This record gives sequence, C-alpha cells and structure tokens, in this order.
Amino acid sequence: MNGGDEVAAAPAGPPQSLDWKFSQVFGERTAGEEVQEVDIISAIEFDKTGDHLATGDRGGRVVLFERTDTKDHGVPRRDLERMEYPIGRHPEFRYKTEFQSHEPEFDYLKSLEIEEKINKIRWCQTANGALFLLSTNDKTIKFWKVQEKKVKKISDMNLDPSKAVGNGSIASSSTPKLCLANGGSPDRSYNYLGNDFSFPPGGLPSLRLPVVTSQETNLVARCRRVYAHAHDYHINSVSNNSDGETFISADDLRINLWNLEISNQSFNIVDVKPANMEDLTEVITSAEFHPTHCNTLAYSSSKGSIRVIDLRQSALCDSHAKLFEEPEAPGSRSFFTEIIASISDIKFARDGRYILSRDYMTLKLWDINMDSGPVATFQVHEYLRPKLCDLYENDSIFDKFECCLSGDGLRVATGSYSNLFRVFGCAPGSTEATTLEASKNPMRRQVQTPSRPSRSLSSITRVVRRGAENPGVDANGNAFDFTTKLLHLAWHPTENSIACAAANSLYMYYA
Amino acid sequence: MAMIDEPLYPIAVLIDELKNEDIQLRLNSIRRLSTIARALGEERTRKELIPFLSENNDDDDEVLLAMAEELGVFIPYVGGVQCANVLLPPLETLCTVEETCVREKAVESLCRIGAQMMEQDLVESFIPLVKRLAAGEWFTARVSSCGLFRIAYPSAPEALKTELRAIYSQLCQDDMPMVRRSAATNLGNFAATIEAPHLKVDIMSMFDDLTQDDQDSVRLLAVEGCAALGKLLEPQDCAAHILPVIVNFSQDKSWRVRYMVANQLYEVCEAVGPEPTRLDLVPAYVCLLRDNEAEVRIAAAGKVTKFCRILNPELAIQHILPCVKELSTDSSQHVRSALASVIMGMAPVLGKDATIEQLLPIFLSLLKDEFPDVRLNIISKLDQVNQVIGIDLLSQSLLPAIVELAEDRHWRVRLAIIEYIPLLASQLGVGFFDDKLGALCMQWLKDKVYSIRDAAANNVKRLAEEFGPDWAMQHIVPQVLDMINNPHYLHRMTILHSISLLAPVMGSDITCSKLLPVVINASKDRVPNMKFNVAKVLQSLIPIVDQSVVEKKIRPCLVELSEDPDVDVRFFASQALESSNQVMMS
Repeated sequence: MNGGDEVAAAPAGPPQSLDWKFSQVFGERTAGEEVQEVDIISAIEFDKTGDHLATGDRGGRVVLFERTDTKDHGVPRRDLERMEYPIGRHPEFRYKTEFQSHEPEFDYLKSLEIEEKINKIRWCQTANGALFLLSTNDKTIKFWKVQEKKVKKISDMNLDPSKAVGNGSIASSSTPKLCLANGGSPDRSYNYLGNDFSFPPGGLPSLRLPVVTSQETNLVARCRRVYAHAHDYHINSVSNNSDGETFISADDLRINLWNLEISNQSFNIVDVKPANMEDLTEVITSAEFHPTHCNTLAYSSSKGSIRVIDLRQSALCDSHAKLFEEPEAPGSRSFFTEIIASISDIKFARDGRYILSRDYMTLKLWDINMDSGPVATFQVHEYLRPKLCDLYENDSIFDKFECCLSGDGLRVATGSYSNLFRVFGCAPGSTEATTLEASKNPMRRQVQTPSRPSRSLSSITRVVRRGAENPGVDANGNAFDFTTKLLHLAWHPTENSIACAAANSLYMYYA
Repeated sequence: MAMIDEPLYPIAVLIDELKNEDIQLRLNSIRRLSTIARALGEERTRKELIPFLSENNDDDDEVLLAMAEELGVFIPYVGGVQCANVLLPPLETLCTVEETCVREKAVESLCRIGAQMMEQDLVESFIPLVKRLAAGEWFTARVSSCGLFRIAYPSAPEALKTELRAIYSQLCQDDMPMVRRSAATNLGNFAATIEAPHLKVDIMSMFDDLTQDDQDSVRLLAVEGCAALGKLLEPQDCAAHILPVIVNFSQDKSWRVRYMVANQLYEVCEAVGPEPTRLDLVPAYVCLLRDNEAEVRIAAAGKVTKFCRILNPELAIQHILPCVKELSTDSSQHVRSALASVIMGMAPVLGKDATIEQLLPIFLSLLKDEFPDVRLNIISKLDQVNQVIGIDLLSQSLLPAIVELAEDRHWRVRLAIIEYIPLLASQLGVGFFDDKLGALCMQWLKDKVYSIRDAAANNVKRLAEEFGPDWAMQHIVPQVLDMINNPHYLHRMTILHSISLLAPVMGSDITCSKLLPVVINASKDRVPNMKFNVAKVLQSLIPIVDQSVVEKKIRPCLVELSEDPDVDVRFFASQALESSNQVMMS
C-alpha cells in the first residue's frame, strides 16, 4: 500500500529515500503570535489502526483526531484502491473532540504542586465503537472512554414537564409530596405503593412511558477509572499489555503493574530504589511492553542501558533477563558522557524483534537477540557536540526527545532543535537520512543546506555512523534555536505518515 | 399533557424518572421496575416497557447494572414462563456493553431466566441469542456468550449440539485474549453439561488449545479449571488427560501458572486417585514447595495440610515433611507465615508419634520466629495440636512467645494476641493462666492505644465467661476495680467499659455489691466524659439489678447527674432515667 512495503518485498537493494510532503497542520501559529504555555503539546499517539490520533498538552487536555480519507469518501475502500486514485491520497485527519483529562492539583501532605501536563497517552482496545485511552500526568493515570451518546430529549411525560423544569432536576420527585396525604420523602411514597397499593390486573391505562424523540448524538468523554497514589516519583511511561487487561506505569524508580478494571491496587514489579537514596546512580526513564509477548517488557535507564525483563521469572523482577548497553569508548569520556548517554525514550518495533532507543545525541536500534551492541546508530545532531557546554548551561541537555519507528520497521524518526526532525532508513544498506522541518515546507532545510567540508567530528566516531550533517547554522545564517525543540512525534502504524508537535502546533507529513 | 389521577402520582413520577437527568433518580426508578411493571400490567410490560428498556442501553453503568439485575427476576411481571423470551432482547444488549460487571450481571440474569424457560423457547430464542453473541462483531459480545452455553446446550437437539460445541471451540481460539479467557473460565461449567463421549474428545481438545495459549493469563485460567474438569472425567481418563497437563504446568516458565497449580493441586489429587498421586503429583508438589519464587512457595505451603490429608501418613512423612522443615526456615517471612497458619492441622494427620518427633521441633522454631505474624498464626491454631499431643509439651515455649507478642511495639500484633487469649486460656487451663497470663491481661487495660484497651476490656469479659464468676471474683474483678483510681481519665473510662461488660456475666449479686458502688462513686468524677459514661453504664445495669436497687441507688445518682452543668452529662443522664422509667412501667 505504501512505498515501504513495496520495496521491502523486492529483494534487491535497500529502500529508497522517501519524499516527504506536508499534509496538514492543526493549531498553526500566525506570525508573531505568542505560544501559550498550556497549549504546548506534550504527548502524541496513534491508535492501533491508525484511524485515530490523540495529543495531550501541558494544560491537561487531550485532543482526539479522526481519519477522514478512509471513512468519508462514500466509496468502499477496496474500490478506491482499484481506482486510479490520485497519488495524493494519504492519511488525513480532522478534529474529533477534546476533553480536560487532568487538572492542576496540590498534594497537601508533601506540599507539592502536581502539574496537569499530560506525560503520555496510550490507546486501549476499542469496544462497541467507543474509544478507550489511558492518559497520565506526573502522578495519576486515568482511563477514558469516548463515545457517541444520544442527546436525550424526552417527551410524553406523565406529569407536566414545564413544572419539573421550573423546579430543577429534583422537582419531579418533589411533586408527589404535595399530593400524598401522608407526605414524606419520595422513597416512602414508593414503599407505600409497593406494599399497599393493588393494581388492577390489566394495568393502569392512563400511565405512559416517556418517549425519547431526539436522534441526535454527541461525543462524550467520561473518565472510567483513576489509578492514583501508586507513584512517589514522576510517571514517565504507561504501556498496555497485549493481553488486553493489564498495563504498566513507570516512574523514576519503580514500575507498577495494573489491571485495567482494578484501580485500587497495583503490583510493584521493578524497584530500583536503593536502601539509601545517596547511593542512587541510575533512574528509569522509559518503559514499554513487548507488542505481542505478554510477559516481556523493556525499560531504559539514565545510564544508557536497556533492560528486558521476563514477568514469568518472578513476582518482583529485580534481575533482568537481558541487558543492552554499549560499552564506553575508551578515551572519549568527558564531563557530559553520562548525561548524554541517558535514554529519553524506547520503542519496540511492531514485530517485537527490535528496540529503538533515543539518547541525547543518537538514535540506536537494538536487536533483542543481540546484546553486545546496537545494530545501528544514527547521529541526530552531531554538530551540537562542541556546544554541549552551552546546552548544559541552559539545561537543554536534559531535554527528553521521543523516537518512533515506521509500521514496517524500515525507518526510524526522532526530533531535534529548531523544529527539525530526522528520518533514517534502518534496512540493511539504506543510507536514508532526511532532515525535515515542522513547517509547511518540510524539505526547505535540506534543499538549501550546502554540504560543508568541515566534518571533523566523524573522526571521533568509533563505528561507521551516518547522518552527521552541517553545523548549527540554518539557511538564513541564524544560530540554531534551542527553544524550538521537537520532542514529540509519532509514526502512523500502517502508512508512511508522521505526526509531530512543534510547540502548540501539530504538523502531519506523508510520503 | 396527560392528567393523572392523584393516587397514581407516585407511580407516574417513578415512570417519568426512568429518563430523569439525575442518575440517582433513574437508579431509583430502575430498582422499582417491578412496581412499574405491575402498574402497566403484563401486556403493556411486554409490549412497551421491555422494548423501552432495550433501547435504553447507553445509560450510565450503575443504571445498566441495576437493570440487568432486575430483569433476571422479571418473569412474573411479563406473564410467566411462557412469555420469558421477551426478556431476552434487553439482556442481549446488556451482554455487549463494555463494562465487565454489567455484562456479568446480564449473563447471570440470562442464565437464571434460561434455566426456567421451556425447552421449545430455549431452542427458538435462547440458542439463537447465544449464537448471535458468539458471532458478535465486538469482543464484549463474544466474552458474554461463553457463559451462556451451559444453559443453551442441554436442551439443544443433536445437530445443534454439534454446532454449539464447534462454536465454543472457535471461541477458545478467538483472536482476542479476553474471549479466550472467558472461554477458559467457563469451560468447566460448560463441560459439566456435555455427554461423556464428547467430553473426552471435543472438550479435551479445547482444553489442550487453552493450555497451550501464548497468553499467560489464558493458561492461568485453564489451570484453574483443571480440577473441575478432572472431576467430570473417570479417574483413569483424568489420569490420562489432565495429569500430564498439570505436571507440565507445575514446571511452567511462568511463576503465576505454577502458583495456580500450587493452589489447585490437592483437588486434582482427589480427582485422579491415590496411585497417580503418589507417582506423579507428590513429586510435582515437592517441586512447588521448593520453587524459586516465594509467591509459589506461599501458595504451596498454604495447602500443605490439605495435601497431606489426601496422602497416607507414610507418604506425607517421607516426602512432604522434609520440605516442611525447609520451609520453616524459609528466607521469606510470608512463606513461613503461610506455613504457620496451616501446619498445626498436620498434627491430626500425622498422628501422635510423628507429631512429637518431627512436627514439634518445627512448631517450636516457628514460635520463636522473628516475624510476629508467624508466631501469631501458630498460636491461633493451638487447639488442633492440643487434641493430638496435649499442650504440656508446648507450654514451656509458648509462654515466652506470648509475652513477647503481648509487648510487641505494633499495636496490631498486640491486638491479635489479645483476641487469642480466651482460646489460650481454655487450652492451657486455669492454673497456667493464673501464673503467667493474668498480669498481662491487666496490663493491656492500661495500653497507650485505645483499640488495645477496648479489646482488653472485652477479653476480661470473655475470661470471666470461660472460668466463671467465682474465679473472676478472685482473679479479675479486684484488679480491675483498683484501676478506677488511675490518674488518667481515659484509663478510668476503660474500667467503666469493662464493668459494663462484666456485669451481665457476674450476675446481679456481685454487680450490686461490688461493681455498682464503684460506678456510683465515679459519678463524682471531675471529668464530664466520665460522668456521662457513668450515666450510660448505669443505664446498661438497670435490667441486671433488682428493682429496689434501681430505686435506691441508680436513680438518685442519675437524678443528680441530670442536673449537671455539662450538657452532655445531662443528656445521657436523662436518657438513662427515661429508660429506667420504661423498665418500671413494664
């Protein structure tokens, strides 16, 4: 259906570079418009089918988008595919609904403010046409159901509805009080009915059932469960299990296992908290379940290692089944080595064979069957290496960039500064390394950057690394802007389409 | 707008509120659905109310849950069993909602209705419903269908039976793990309705599918059904089909599966009979007792007595007892605790000699465990060992354990041991108790924690019941009454409380001569809380003592209190006076 699949099927040669085009933007900024802090997008996630997209923002809102190009053409999809449809056919989304998922809170016991910012969104199994998702801020995970509900418009009441409306919602129950000789609460009047009143065998013909007249529906989001009070530290990940009934939540030091239906208890399955907090050297930065093996999960650490654990082995998984880390290159150690080694995000590929990890400078692809080192390493913004000192001073070095894989597993993508993101081909032999800008003209950057000879950095690199690119000056000669960082992005599960967040704007691209 | 006669107002409101904005009112109406049905009559209930409810399926879960429950008992309101099939459509929709508890209730109600339906109706409407749900687009419908086969199957004609078995087998291989879990959960009760020849072929192949599922959660439930399924089979078939599976599961990679096996194993033993048990299941159980995962050992240890009861004593002594010894020094306190809670039950199984030789040392070491729960669990089952070897052998080790628990710094531990004191007293006898434990019981009355003082007061009463008023007069009452002079009013209150508990046990004479004066005296206390508690205690004494005593002693005291400056004291005093008046009148 897309380029990637076709090329994968052909045995000869690596897939070709994709030609990325702008598709859509939501919440585009007009020139000079200031971005409101609460509007900045903090999470993006496609659902399993790719028909829905959710974003979360710092204001605690979740916005849902739905795909329009598959549903609304009126022609069955199969016919569409048979037709010579214009090449421009690509996933298109429209705003569906939004809801306030989290509110700012205050923990009075610990005197801590709890931000409403959405840290992660995960889609759950749909049922009966209703959408389900998990959203989390630093402390509390919530389970949401978004569903079309009939707008109630009742007619044919037994009692005059105008009276009832005038007296508010409890009016109808207060009416009988006036009429009953013995007065009392409505409950008592019912009891009186149940015990003493005898109905004629044919029933009472004057009674009638209310009739719902309106056929209108609207989307309603309802919070079904709240999973709270299980994390002492900030939650960085939630991830669903393939069994459809459990999920994990990870904070800096612990990973807890929940049942979706039980919100008042969870099981601690990983605990890296040392007995003495002064001995703390490593924290959990991200965790994810294997896409199909219900007993396997991976978590990454601030020291640059990925641990895969097997839930079958023991109840508390303090010992890992597999450890993936890259040995430090001798002599290359500097003050920043440990900081930039910290992994900000990991993702399983769809087949579960590979794990993609992002640290500050690189993307690494790991084969779950090979723990000696990554199978591929991609330099994201090598030109920043001389600037690490500045990045440390303005705290940018602690930015947490996410990463994603294409559904076919042939490409990987991650964000950078100046609203740039990069797409790399990871099929054997591929040299694809594209830089795109989150704007209406994504390729602007690449077209205009002349290749420069000053590639001194490549001499340091141990293995063959691709993607080293020009230093931090953009086309107009401006220095790279560390404030416009592209942290969050997601790849459509079945097609070559990427959604990414530049501050408050959601940009979508396709190839 | 319809005009409703006045007497019908309440029922009219009830009906209108089926669609009220306020969920509480809707719930209220649904809970009274039977009243509405009676008001409408059977025919209109069938033709209007039930279709109305069928459309009402996007309501809040609480309302849907209530509706699912009400419909389960609705047969009388729609015109009896011959009209029961009109109830199926609304329940069918409820079987497809996303909320698990609503679906489960709807399935339960459908089963209840189906069990009463006539065979022809079952074939014409119930079975098609099951088939529709089993072929449902969403997994929710398919999950619900699994629970309905046991009702549908028995009345189906032969061809349909074959079809139903095929459908169930499909459900066991469904794409969604939720459906497979439901199929695994319900396999046992479906199998119970199936004829023996099909049981061995069809059901066993479904069972095999489930036991080899990728998802641990499905395999877990398959294990859970093992025992139930095994009991349906002939012992030799069970040994041939279930036994290998359970032995395999006992070595499963997943600790949760092994945990399930540990919980189920003794039931499987019952199903397969003694010989396969000895050959295959005892070794499997021994492995589980020595499992790497503490959770598995906890489950296995907790079943050790039940397992031994099935075995003959020699096997138990030869194979199980060595493991028990190891478990008593297990590194996990929870394992030791689980063992301690059941190990006393092994004494009757092993007999006197083996108990003294082998079990006693284990009891003793567990009684010295560093973890209070372990010691408590041993003490709580003391009566079982008493029957076999008598308490004498244990008593020397028991005392330090009890004293230590009695002084534990966690109040919950102290509370737990207090609860066992009457049991200990009855097992150990008066003599032992007087020497060693009497002082402890008094000490608890002065504990820092209210719950302990409260439990101690209760304990004093139970001891008086156990050993009788004469003993209590000698060993409890004087000590308790002494404490009424404690400088702390909260402790004085505890004594008042103890007195009110002791009085009914001690009888009228002792109450009048010993207890009452103390209470009357306490009415002069400077703390109002004491005074109004005196009023309460006096009220409780009124039925126990003689009428003349009430007149002469209690009422004057209450009258005085009813003029107290403190409002609460006056309130309780006048309340007590009122009840004394009532007693006099009657």
